[in-house]
Order: sequence, then C-alpha cells, then structure tokens
Amino acid sequence: MTARVGVVTFPGTLDDRDTQRAIRVAGAEPVPLWHRDKDLHQVDAVVLPGGFSYGDYLRAGAISRFSPVMESVIAGARDGLPVLGICNGFQVLTESHLLPGAMLRNNHLHFICRDQKLRVENADTAWTADYSAGQEISIPLKNIDGRYVADERTLDELEAEGRVVFRYLDVNPNGSLRDIAGISNAAGNVVGLMPHPEHAVEPLIGTGRTDGLGFFTSILKKLVTA
Amino acid sequence: MTLDTVTNAEKTPEADQPWAELGLKPDEYARIREILGRRPTGAELAMYSVMWSEHCSYKSSKVHLKQFGEKAPENDAMLVGIGENAGVVDVGQGYAVTFKVESHNHPSYIEPHQGAATGIGGIVRDILAMGARPVAVMDPLRFGAADHPDTKRVLPGVVSGIGSYGNCLGLPNIGGEVVFDACYQGNPLVNALCVGVMKHEDIHLAKASGAGNKVILYGARTGGDGIGGVSVLASETFDDAKPSKRPAVQVGDPFQEKLLIECTLEIFKADLVDGIQDLGGAGLSCATSELASAGSGGMRVELDTVHLRDSSLSPEEILMSESQERMCAIVEPGKVARFLEICEKWDVIATVIGEVTDGERLEIFWHGEQIVDVPPRTVAHEGPVYDRPYARPSWQDALQADDANKLARPAGGDELRRQVLALVSSPNQASKSWITDQYDRFVQGNTVLSHPEDSGMVRIDEDTNLGVAIATDGNGRFTKLDPYTGAQLALAEAYRNVAATGAKPLAISDCLNFGSPEDPDVMWQFAEATRGLADGCLILGTPVTGGNVSLYNQTGDVAIHPTPVVAVLGVIDDVNRRTPMAFAEEGQLLYLLGDTKEELGGSAWSEVVHSHLGGLPPAVDLERERLLGEILIAGSRDGMIDAAHDLSDGGLIQAVTESCLRGGKGARIVVPDDLDPFVFLFSESAGRAVVAVPRSEELRFNDMCGARGLPAARIGVVDGETIEIQDQFTIPLSELKQAHEATIPALLA
Repeated sequence: MTARVGVVTFPGTLDDRDTQRAIRVAGAEPVPLWHRDKDLHQVDAVVLPGGFSYGDYLRAGAISRFSPVMESVIAGARDGLPVLGICNGFQVLTESHLLPGAMLRNNHLHFICRDQKLRVENADTAWTADYSAGQEISIPLKNIDGRYVADERTLDELEAEGRVVFRYLDVNPNGSLRDIAGISNAAGNVVGLMPHPEHAVEPLIGTGRTDGLGFFTSILKKLVTA
Repeated sequence: MTLDTVTNAEKTPEADQPWAELGLKPDEYARIREILGRRPTGAELAMYSVMWSEHCSYKSSKVHLKQFGEKAPENDAMLVGIGENAGVVDVGQGYAVTFKVESHNHPSYIEPHQGAATGIGGIVRDILAMGARPVAVMDPLRFGAADHPDTKRVLPGVVSGIGSYGNCLGLPNIGGEVVFDACYQGNPLVNALCVGVMKHEDIHLAKASGAGNKVILYGARTGGDGIGGVSVLASETFDDAKPSKRPAVQVGDPFQEKLLIECTLEIFKADLVDGIQDLGGAGLSCATSELASAGSGGMRVELDTVHLRDSSLSPEEILMSESQERMCAIVEPGKVARFLEICEKWDVIATVIGEVTDGERLEIFWHGEQIVDVPPRTVAHEGPVYDRPYARPSWQDALQADDANKLARPAGGDELRRQVLALVSSPNQASKSWITDQYDRFVQGNTVLSHPEDSGMVRIDEDTNLGVAIATDGNGRFTKLDPYTGAQLALAEAYRNVAATGAKPLAISDCLNFGSPEDPDVMWQFAEATRGLADGCLILGTPVTGGNVSLYNQTGDVAIHPTPVVAVLGVIDDVNRRTPMAFAEEGQLLYLLGDTKEELGGSAWSEVVHSHLGGLPPAVDLERERLLGEILIAGSRDGMIDAAHDLSDGGLIQAVTESCLRGGKGARIVVPDDLDPFVFLFSESAGRAVVAVPRSEELRFNDMCGARGLPAARIGVVDGETIEIQDQFTIPLSELKQAHEATIPALLA
C-alpha cells in the first residue's frame, strides 16, 4: 500500500496539478480535494498548494480559511494529520491559526520569482525527515506577499522550540523577520513555507534540481512505516 | 432618452447620428445605410462602428495580409489557419498546439498596468476558445528611451500588469523581449503571446449553427469599461488636444479569468459546446456577429438578459463594452442544464441570452423591442477594405546611404574592451532579469527553458517528453533601414532561436506594429514588411497561422520604427535533448557557425557607440538559416553540442558574454585569421550561432558541418574566469556580470 495525500483546490489555486505530480513522482497517491467538499476522503496527509485562492481578496488566505474543506483540515491537523502549506497554503494556515504569524507584502513591493537557497533547520517534522538538519537546498520562490512577520515573543518561542523549519540563505528575498522561510506547529505535523518544493522534483524541469522531492518522500516514509 | 428601435429608424431617416464621433468615415456611414436600406439604429451604429474599426476589420492591412495565405508553404502540420481565434498546428502524438501574438499597445500607454494585464487576458481567452489549455505566455515589449522619465511610469506599470495578471492565472511566462528606443516614447509596444495545448479532437471553432441551439454568455458581468476600446483607442493616433481616453481601457480581474479557464476546460471535457467565442475587442458586438456570420442561419439575442455590473448601461453601451473575462458559447438545448451546472461549480455567472435561428439575420431585442436587424456577415466579415496609397519614402535613400560601416572604429585592444563593456551594459543589451523575475516561470511544472534562453520551452507530455519551443523577435532598427529585409531578419532570428534550443520550427504568428496607414510612407513599410515575411515563410516552410496588426502607433506625424514581431513555434520530440545557452563545461570547444561579414548597419554597436541609425541591415539568406537550423537540431539530437546561442543584437561578443555569465565559466577566444577583431566581435551578420562542442564530439561535428557545407570555425575554448580575446583584451567575468546586470535595476528599481 502507498500513502494517499490530498491536494486541496480552492478557486484560484494554481499549483494543485504540480503538487499532485510531485506526490506521484515521490511514489505516493495524490487525491484531489475540492474546497466545497468537507469530506477528506480518508487521505493520510493534506497539502494546501500555492496560488491566489479567492483572488487573494481581502487578504491572502483570509477567505479560503472559511471554506468547508478547511473545517475538516483544521480539525484533522489538531488531531495530528500531517498538513503542508506551500506559499498561499502557508498563508491559509496562518489565517486558520494552525501556524502563528502572518505574511505581509514583500519589502521591495514586487512579485519575485527566483531560485532560492534555504537551510533546513529542523529535520524532525513530518515533512522534512528526509533532509538532515543544517542541509542547504535550493527551490523556487515566487510570491508578492511573502514577508513573514510575528511579534518578538512568538519569534523567540518558535526559535526556542525548534519550530523555525527553513531559513533563507544568501539573500532574504522579502524582508521576512529572522530570515524565516517556513515554520511548524508545536507537534511538527503542520508545516508551512513560502518557497515551492513541488517545482523542484524533476531534474530537467524548472531549476534543474530535485531539492524539493524530500518533502514528499518524507511524508511517504512516515506514513508507510507508521 | 427613448429607445432607438428598428421601427423608429425606419420612421426617422434623417435623424442625426454620431457616426463621426464613433470613428466612421462618411462613405462608411453611407454604406451602412445602403446595406440596411435605412439608417442604422443606435445599437446597429454601435456595432458597425466597432466592427469596422481598423483594429477589428483589418481594412487597411487586409489587401497585404492575404499574401500569407497565397504564398503559404505546403505544410501538413496546419490544422486550423488564419481567420479563427488562433491557428492550430499538429505537433505529433495526437497533440495540437495553438498560439498567437497580439498587441495591446494603445491601452498600455494610457493605463500601463491594466492595459498590459488585459492584453494577457485577451490573448489567453483566444487560446482557450480554440479548445486548448493555455500553458505559457511571453511578452515582446518596447518602450521609449530607458532614461526617459515617462519610461519609469510606463515600464513598471506594464511589468506589474503582466506579472499580476499572468501570475494569478498560473501561466508560466517563458520569454519575450524588452527593447528601448526613443521612437516608442509615446507609443510603447505591449505585445502578448499565449500558447495552448489540446488533443486534435478537442479543437473548437467560433461558429453558431443549428437552429434552436442556445447562446450562452458566461463569465464576468458586463460593465461600462472599455467602451470604444477598439475604435477610439486602437484605431487612431494619439493627440494631446483630445479628452482623456482612460475610461476606454478595460479593467481586468485575473481571478475571474482563472475560474473561466477551469470552467471552460471542464465544459469542453463534457462535450457541451457546439461553437465558442471569447469576448475581447468590440465585446458582444464582435462575439454575436462573428458567431452568426461563421455559422449557418441567424441569431436572436435578448440583450436585456445580460448580467450587468451597472444597471444604467444603455443597449448601445452593452454591445460595445469590452468588459473582460467573458465568453460566449453555442449549446444544444439538451446540454444547457449541465453547462449551467458546471458554471455554478466554478462560481461563474452564465445566462442564456438568445438562440440560433433558421433565418439569415442577427436580431437583437431590448425588453421585447427590436433594436438590431442586420445581415451578420456585413458586420463581421464584409467590412470596408482599403487599398491605401503607398510609396517609398523620400528619405529612404539618404538613410541607406548613411553607411554605418564607415563609422569610426575602436583603435586597439583597450578601446575595444571599453566598447564591449559599454555594449553589454547598454539598456538594450543588459540583463533583463529585474523584469523577468517579476513573472512566475515555474508554475505548471513543465518549464524546460525560459528567459534569457534563446527560446522558451515547455514539456507537453510527461510520459513521452514531447515539448514545444517558442521565440519572439523583432528589430525595428533593421526594419526602418529596409522593411522587406527587416521583417525577414525578425523571422530568421526567431527561427534560429527555436533551432538553437534543439526544436524544429513549424509555424509562425506575427504582430505587425506600424504607424498610421493613412501615411503613404508607413503604408510602404507595411507593404514591404508583409511581402518580406510572406516570401520568407515560403522559403523556410513555416506558414503564418494568424496574428494581429496594430496601426496608428504614432504621435502626431512621427511614426514608430516599423516593428513586425515574429513568433516561431517549434517542436522537440524529447525535451531531454534541449540545448541550453550556458557555457558550463570547462574544456569544451567553441565553434562559430556561419559567415561573418562587415555588417554594422542598424547594429547595437552603432547605436551604443555612435547613436547612429543608417546604412543597410545585414543581408538575409534564408536557405542558409534553414541549413544552420538543421545543424543545430541534429547536433542537439545526436549529442554533439552541449550549448548553443544565436548571434543577433550585439554580435558575437554579446552572445559569448551571455553564455559565459549563464554558465559561470569564462572563455578564451582567438580571432580567426581572415577577420578583423572589431568586425569579428561586433558585426551582426545573420545566419550565425556559437556552440559548445565536447572534445569527444569534435570530429563528428566537424564532419557534419563539412558534409552539409556550413562554415564552422573553431574560435576558442570554455575556460577560466575571464573572457579573453587573444592579443586584444581580457575582462573578468565578475566585471562583465556587474556591467551586464546593474543597468536595468539602476534605471528602474
């Protein structure tokens, strides 16, 4: 048997098909989930992919968080269901209060698309177990609202508990506090990040590297051996 | 205001009508009266005025464009040709690809962000309407002088418009161009290309047939934006004395368009559509008349059923509105329920606004009263045609006599070095990554190559690795010097760029940007350029599948450089074989393919060093281009070349600089014995490329070039961290990188 990983499509989601492909490339089975459908169809994990759900109206992720599927995702996440939020998915997770903090407009005010170097700070989460702590990876980054902010106490707490999962290296592309690119919840089952691992899973496509594949093999191993 | 019904029009033949304000000429208005046998109603006048505009009717260009059909090369790959929303090309394995390049020049000058954004929206809907999933976009852009204050208003707005709209649609932006020239100061060129993929059986056409079939309008509500966009904006010269035209620019909502794409693709999949048309320029006037004109029978529309954003809109305004993100479909009655259900799933508003009739008229009603009764062909396809006078401009000979080959040349290595740095840091030759990094090039997960590579390439089948490549090119300077040759050079460059990445060129689309057709000088440029392009396509075997003409690109009496932009589509059987531009492997041998002659007319060097434009453009030899293409494709397929870069603007030194910086490796170059170092570095002779050949393949590669008769000169080796031109100069890569990359951010960031 293999793991079944759900991929949510909201209206305005863009990277759902890419994420399904990445899950397939890793050897798991992608299961499309629809925003209006509360039923998670017995998936073993869920990815909230990137895009501009609901046109980013009001605030990125602000409306999606109230969609029927998110009720089940939020409840599942509290019970330990592995959830990964990429870019807009990360924004949905902060809006849902599954992860602390928020994303503001990039400090240079432009959309930025680049190959971004990251350091994996925590290799113990459900989504990073196939990496080693301190490992450097390069995956695409593409957003306009990517500047991670939180109050000092929250930031200190995240640092102290090892919940800063990824940090930007070389260049901080958007002014994120403490170079934070991704974080997890206390239990480590919920992870959110701005860069896009699903765009770096095949040697020929995109940046020509496969540094993002580890996210999906991590969850596969965890689920199959669990 | 009382409703101007057909009955009313019959009763009041002498009523005053605003035909001149709507852009119609006296004889055009007279012709409408003749067709109808009475004066048109207000709604009919609105429809004719937008559909007979230059932008929609191609009335000044048609007589020249027909060469693209008459001289079309035999090509089995063409599935749908000129005249539909976009042409369709067979790329093998059951796949069909549709692509088109279009202009949104005038709106983008007035309101750069929305103008450019809705340019993307429009071309994407054209591709969607053919039945295809859009898979990538590209943007050939031209602005005024890089350091002009207004460029700082227009360029960032255009780039943010393209970025915000395209990025929100989830379409990778994989290429295009950015060119600066003072001639575009008041008329920036914002061209947009979209490419889409489908299976052969999924092709859809814009026609309304089958009496009783329903006409469904779906997508965004209709508002008051963009009224008169095609007739007022795109078909006239800008004039400071007239009132602001900003309300004529449409406002886009990419979120709505994304829903429209997914909704439409699901509708296609369920086989619910008989004919389909997007709403772009001329809005409902265009969609209803074109669908009815291309189909069998007539059409009846209840205009008051259209969902409005603003309930105060008059029927004339509804017919002319260019509100974005709307489509019109012809659906059998039994399939309407399922159609509406899919629209509901995607939160897309859909309304049955009419039906196909067995008559021959397009009839439109407003709350039960008839306001339009016209033969649809007279609106959509049988508009006026002008064979406008043209003549070779009186200044053309003097321009060509002002020979760039006689300009002062650098004396010695030090001055050559300085001029190389000036060239690679000049706005036109500098890196454009500050711009292209604002576009998503990764989304959809199929991007194999994107800017600054020679062509953009996407995979279209994950199992077989079939892919397509597209490059767009144009050179207004060359075309000004000689429009016939300039158009062929644009074609040759795009063709070469596609071949350089290992793909086989199949077909082209073009966007012809020119000044006012009422100026015989401009009309001569247009006639020469179209003739050059048609002749060139015949030799290269690449038919024109469609495109767009943008005229009236001039401020006062001063026209832009004639700027035909050519997009070439190619196919590659296995994207693993693609050839990138980066010199990345030390020790690989650099070969210059083709002949280098003393050709500096219109060159980047003459512009950067002497601010000069004169003489003749480089000569074109399309048979040679074809041979070069075959060598580049064979070299890629058989693993003989690891990198390739075409030679164009800036000549050899520009190409070597770009490939070295891309790969992070230097090069040692030797000037061939028979060439002057300056000519070797800066000449822009066509039909050339530089390739990196692994040492193990050198013999085989040389044999191939020798056997086929393509000149191939070994000019150096990939090595070190400098570019060294032996006996001339050396420049560290770090210095070149700084020079190449700092210019654009310094001007615009």
